[in-house]
Amino acid sequence: MRPVSYSRATDVGSAIGAVSADPESTFLAGGTTQIDLLRIYVEQPRRLVDINDLPLNRVEELPGGGLRLGGLARMSDVAEEPELVRRYPMVAEALLLGASPQLRNMATLGGNLLQRVRCGYFRDTAAACNKRVPGSGCSAIEGINRGHAVLGTSERCIATHPSDLAVALVALDAVVQTEGPGGPRSIPIDDFFLLPGETPEREHPLAHGELVTGIDLPPAPVAATSRYIKIRDRESYEFALASVAAAIAMSGGQITEVRLALGGVATKPWRARAAEQVLVGAPATTESFRRAAAAELAPAVSHGMNAFKIELARRTIVRALEQLTQREVAA
Amino acid sequence: MKSYQALRTAPSPDHAVVRGPGAVEVHLMVNGESRTTTVEPRVSLLDALRDRLELTGTKKGCNQGACGACTVWVDGRRVLSCLTLAITCENREVTTIEGLSDGDTLHPVQQAFLDCDAFQCGYCTSGQIMSVVALLAEGHAGDDMEIREWMSGNICRCAAYPHIRAAVRQVRDQGGTADAAR
Repeated sequence: MRPVSYSRATDVGSAIGAVSADPESTFLAGGTTQIDLLRIYVEQPRRLVDINDLPLNRVEELPGGGLRLGGLARMSDVAEEPELVRRYPMVAEALLLGASPQLRNMATLGGNLLQRVRCGYFRDTAAACNKRVPGSGCSAIEGINRGHAVLGTSERCIATHPSDLAVALVALDAVVQTEGPGGPRSIPIDDFFLLPGETPEREHPLAHGELVTGIDLPPAPVAATSRYIKIRDRESYEFALASVAAAIAMSGGQITEVRLALGGVATKPWRARAAEQVLVGAPATTESFRRAAAAELAPAVSHGMNAFKIELARRTIVRALEQLTQREVAA
Repeated sequence: MKSYQALRTAPSPDHAVVRGPGAVEVHLMVNGESRTTTVEPRVSLLDALRDRLELTGTKKGCNQGACGACTVWVDGRRVLSCLTLAITCENREVTTIEGLSDGDTLHPVQQAFLDCDAFQCGYCTSGQIMSVVALLAEGHAGDDMEIREWMSGNICRCAAYPHIRAAVRQVRDQGGTADAAR
């Protein structure tokens, strides 16, 4: 790890001021991604501004029936919030299916959204990686790419977005609240994550020194019947090969409302709008679920080792919807 | 366990000051004792504990947050000391495996690991024990499935998992969870 200087911020304004004044400084929150990346020289800031003392760790009710999750709230604490579990169970499930208890005690929600990809070439400073060194090439496209994305890829980058939480959040149309040198702003979650395109080094629209202060969950009665399922190489403490956040409402066997998003298979947390379009108004049958899954994965592109993910994603969608609708019928 | 409240005597860091990148004085509260060491801000809590404070019970396995061997508590919560910078722990309470026993009397979880033969090489054991005590306090030891899930952050390459779960059950069924952790 390169030597770094350190300061601890006590209020949001001074934290933003400290980072935005110095292009080589960065915020330090839970550190679970960042310290790792500092140690392997993938990130090399000169100064860390510790924001762990900032009062951004609460979960609060929003007028109108939503919830605001603090940007510095820890994954473990948020997952146990009774109102989150009751109104947005898939968010709590996504949190608890991520990482390990120790990491969830450390990691913040803002840091979770901003975590970097787990592509082995991104982490290997001897390899070509357009995300780490723009223009250097992508070693993954013809390399070891079993874990890589099949949706939203470009010829510059096929790295999978690793967050579970963010998958549930895109299904819910969450809004990211930030504060930065230009003042506060609200960013719809789907705009918060950028496709790699020609500029995979740009992962989000934040300015240098802009801080995620909170995540707003809008009211969504449909989310009370929701779940997050995650398929992986081992049953715990592992990233997704494919995951699905799904919420559904039915009436007389017909789907009236649905929210669907995919993880583990795309370069950003993937709202499955094509599948949603097939499902709304359709009978809640396995046949409908299969058609929806096929529609969503139709544009998928694989790169050899990750070809299995296309079928895996389809089956995971079908399984999530079957489990949800069976639960609904049983209730 | 000792109460740390009365022992919170470490000086507060001056928040406005930028410290480092060279070595700076860092004031830590470890196992109820005020400790001062001189380390660069980039030094992990794990390295500070082992190399500066001579608390080598905490082990370095992967040093990248994948194995759990370095598990300690910060402010009573189990965390990974390899991904925690020592300087960020000023004004927080650090507890390591050395802080568990009451003199020569082992913590019930330490005793259960001996009784149940819950380790082979022993390298992951202090991390396992720190995690188990926290697990019991969190109330995540209801059944074996729950124990497996909530202990998944601690890898044991000798695969002593069945005996580790037996140790967890022993303490849980003794009703020793109430005073197992703060």
